[in-house]
Amino acid sequence: MTRFLRENAALVAVAIAGIALLIGLPLVLDLYTLLQVTLYVIYAILALSLAFIWGYGGILCFGHSVFFGLGAYGYAVSVINMGDSTLPFLIAIALPAVLAAALGYFMFYARISDVYVGVITLTVTLIFYNVVNSTAGPQYHIGEALLGGFNGMPNVPSLNIPFQPDNTLEPAGMFVLCMALLLIVYFGLHILLRTRFGRVLVAVRENEQRVEFLGYDSRLHKLIAFSIGGAIAGLAGCLFTAWGNFVSPTAFSVVQSAQIIIWLMVGGAGTLLGPVIGAVAISWLTVQIGTQQTVNANVVLGGILLVFVLLVPKGVAPMVTERLVPWFVSLRRPAASPRNVAGESKA
Amino acid sequence: MIRGISRRTLLKSGAAATVFAPALVRRAAAAGDPILVGSMYDLSGGLEASGKPMYDVLNFAVSEMNDAGGLLGREVKVVSFDTQTNMQLYAQYAQEAALKNKVAVVHGGITSASREVIRPVLDKYKTLYFYDMPYEGGVCDRNIFIDGLTPAHNTQILAEYGLKTWGKKVYTLAADYNYGQITSDWVKKYVKDGGGEVLGTEFFPLDATNFGSTISKIQAAKPDWIMTILVGGGPISFYRQFNAAGLSGKIPIASTTFSGANEQLVLTPEESNGVVVAYNYLQTLDNPTNKDFLKRFHAKYGADYPPISDLTMASYQGMLLWAAGVKKAGGIDREKVIEALESGITIDAPSGAVTLDPQTHHCTFDVHLARMQDKQPVLIETFPQRKPADTAAVCDLKKNPREAKQYIIKVN
Amino acid sequence: MDLAVVVGIDFIYAVATLALISIGLAIVFGMMRIINLAHGEFMVMGSYSAAVAVHHHVNIWIAILIVPPVVVAAIGAIIERVIIRRLYGRMVETMLATWGLSLFVVGILTMVFGDITEGVPTPIGGITIGSYQASGYSLFVIAMSIVTIAGVYLVLRTSRLGLLARGTMQNAEMAAALGVDTSRIYAVTFAFGAALAGLAGGILAPVSGVFPNIGGSYIGRAFITVIGGGPAALVGTISASTLFGVINQLATFASNPVYGEVALLAAAIILIRLLPQGITGRYFRGSL
Repeated sequence: MTRFLRENAALVAVAIAGIALLIGLPLVLDLYTLLQVTLYVIYAILALSLAFIWGYGGILCFGHSVFFGLGAYGYAVSVINMGDSTLPFLIAIALPAVLAAALGYFMFYARISDVYVGVITLTVTLIFYNVVNSTAGPQYHIGEALLGGFNGMPNVPSLNIPFQPDNTLEPAGMFVLCMALLLIVYFGLHILLRTRFGRVLVAVRENEQRVEFLGYDSRLHKLIAFSIGGAIAGLAGCLFTAWGNFVSPTAFSVVQSAQIIIWLMVGGAGTLLGPVIGAVAISWLTVQIGTQQTVNANVVLGGILLVFVLLVPKGVAPMVTERLVPWFVSLRRPAASPRNVAGESKA
Repeated sequence: MIRGISRRTLLKSGAAATVFAPALVRRAAAAGDPILVGSMYDLSGGLEASGKPMYDVLNFAVSEMNDAGGLLGREVKVVSFDTQTNMQLYAQYAQEAALKNKVAVVHGGITSASREVIRPVLDKYKTLYFYDMPYEGGVCDRNIFIDGLTPAHNTQILAEYGLKTWGKKVYTLAADYNYGQITSDWVKKYVKDGGGEVLGTEFFPLDATNFGSTISKIQAAKPDWIMTILVGGGPISFYRQFNAAGLSGKIPIASTTFSGANEQLVLTPEESNGVVVAYNYLQTLDNPTNKDFLKRFHAKYGADYPPISDLTMASYQGMLLWAAGVKKAGGIDREKVIEALESGITIDAPSGAVTLDPQTHHCTFDVHLARMQDKQPVLIETFPQRKPADTAAVCDLKKNPREAKQYIIKVN
Repeated sequence: MDLAVVVGIDFIYAVATLALISIGLAIVFGMMRIINLAHGEFMVMGSYSAAVAVHHHVNIWIAILIVPPVVVAAIGAIIERVIIRRLYGRMVETMLATWGLSLFVVGILTMVFGDITEGVPTPIGGITIGSYQASGYSLFVIAMSIVTIAGVYLVLRTSRLGLLARGTMQNAEMAAALGVDTSRIYAVTFAFGAALAGLAGGILAPVSGVFPNIGGSYIGRAFITVIGGGPAALVGTISASTLFGVINQLATFASNPVYGEVALLAAAIILIRLLPQGITGRYFRGSL
């Protein structure tokens, strides 16, 4: 037990902190701040989905918003038709997963890699954006749900307690649910990366050919990872729609995709904790920029992306764990092995 | 009747007033916390060309109120949010304005999309909302007041003018979202009522720039005139390409949106001459209130400030309407202000008299038909005190105060 | 018959503009294996420089044909120095950095020019084809697109710079061993690509209107055309523009511009699936 604790000190700390926030924040925060924090938590889940497929699977997905948007719209359309949110919640996860699997089959089984995967995912996002954006007319509806085109879909019902449509989640309940899901996704991915599947996946990222020579099917591993990432992004999309009670085509936009990548670049793509921090920090910053009138938001976001690519290419979290922590530890214990502290980034 | 809200000439008219004013301001500071007004305009991200002037006139209205001693003796303070043309930020900022800043009212939202994002949020957290924009009509919600044009105000006038002057065959180009879709349906209805025919309707996303194939299609269809309901960066390209093809002047154009974002400034006179528009406000209106407003505004923001369009003026007039309501209610309590506004309040605005219609929470005001000439709208005819008949046909908030929805009007 | 001519011009115009907006990006991609996602903003800077020049009463032809390429080439040279040079050989990082750059430039343009969409008047009137009217400027754009591509061909084929650039492109280490200053070649190539982007922005400014965000509507199509075209900059651009331009127009005439765009994108996905290295990765190998 103590050995487990020693080797996983960082993880245990995250778990304790996460559960503390889960219980504590609804008690101490006012309604407005709690709503904001809930959104950041949803974005953190979205960041994790790309961190998994990009940072660990090495799949350059430039159009990740397609899964987010599909989850968001999948939830909106099905919940408006059904009333009860139980099945829509699952549909919002399944739909993007299926799209990711189909797209993954299309790309990975044709041995398309690297930048070309980026181009295809980006193009698919553009297609979804263009199509959904042009569904403004009353003839575009799925069941009772009007798609609304550029305007999007307002008045989407909130999540409710499973099978009790009248029992919708209040802001505090919504926060607890999102936070719990974030912890589940975070630790779920950690556990997944420690399985044989996870190790092979990371090996594929490092050297796909060598993994193939060793007898593993790299295509299948990438396909599965991509689908999991799609499912998690869909989950985030579903929560996003339920949070704001609306969805619009901007969920599919290239800017949305760029934002997720910025979270990763800032936090550190090769980690799981980094993107979570990046998502929260950048989202918070975007909101702050909007309440002042001196600097344009694009200047700040673009500048941040530039600076990080040029100067902090691995992101904040690896810089802390690889540079600052060893330095700090070496001050106290010169003989410390770097293995413990670097555990997170190597996973 | 509350008159002369926008007339601050009183202050300039006598020494007594000038001496008295500082005392008022001082008392305002003592009279309690400032009244907070939330402003939500896109100041970046794509729609800033429309958002920036709205933000300016709103602040202008507030600064004049404060110079005159504030509202009910309290200072009015604008809490500004740059919504960055981003729907999710609209949701976040609406929550922030209502829950954190606890503003007395929110003014803003440019597209119908953004209005439909913040309307439910402000309903939920019981914060009064003014949507100061021309739009497609049909919003029926006791918490919202709208002082923009709807199709019954201007589209009907344009359609009737076109049928009478140019002929019965019409081709419509519209922005591909609620506003364009619903307004183009109204065009169909008005044209049909007038015995005409819409040959074709095409929809364009807000960033469309290539209208080449459309111009070919229009020529093949041979309409008598064109109705444009275009929004976004696209319109500029259309008028320019239309002129480049040598069609300006050959096929006349009426528009529900032209010059709303000062398109005429970017285009040459040849490209924009002859386009017929109908608005509540035109900068060229010849009345003392407007002249005085422009004088004061230009003194503060510079004489070279771009022309104030109808869209921009709506933000100014919306602010005045709200202030009139607060004055009549004697406080900022939401329920009392709504009741005061529902009493049929009228202001003397730069566009003429503007009266809130208690039944629909929309406005009755003058509509001016004009033709673009050398980058200026030249008045053809004034249609006095037009009512929001489209929304009134389906919405009666006096009878059903609990309604909170947007009617999609069936016109076919 | 007249209609057929007018529609034919629309098709050629679609292909020509696609080639025009892609050629600068294609040169940089073909020579340096770099995708510049700020290419759309380079074009916008070209458009703005044309608008500003017109505003200062510079002759319209100089304003759209000379000023934009010079201004944007200079900006490109600076950006190469400050950003691109640090990232050579790292394609993904370059894409991310230029993506950041594109947001940054949009923000700066908004802050500087802000409020109002700038305009450049169209210098050529309409022409009459039978009972139809067509835009004379469209024909000018088509002509300029052909001239630009011919010019690029001549520069690469006949000038010493073109020779060095092609040599560096084929084998950078060998070129360096032979005494070619490869980093200078890269810098010049990048500036050349920027100049072409600026030129495209200048030429299209009168048709499209000039506002900070318009770059976004160019970059997607240019990016896809370049990837679809593959490594040979000229032949790739011409073949991919033709393919995508025709598909785009067919779908536009059959339905509307949105589905024209969607058809173009779908065609691109299928093309990349079949020919991941682009058209010139399989056909026309070794061409320019």
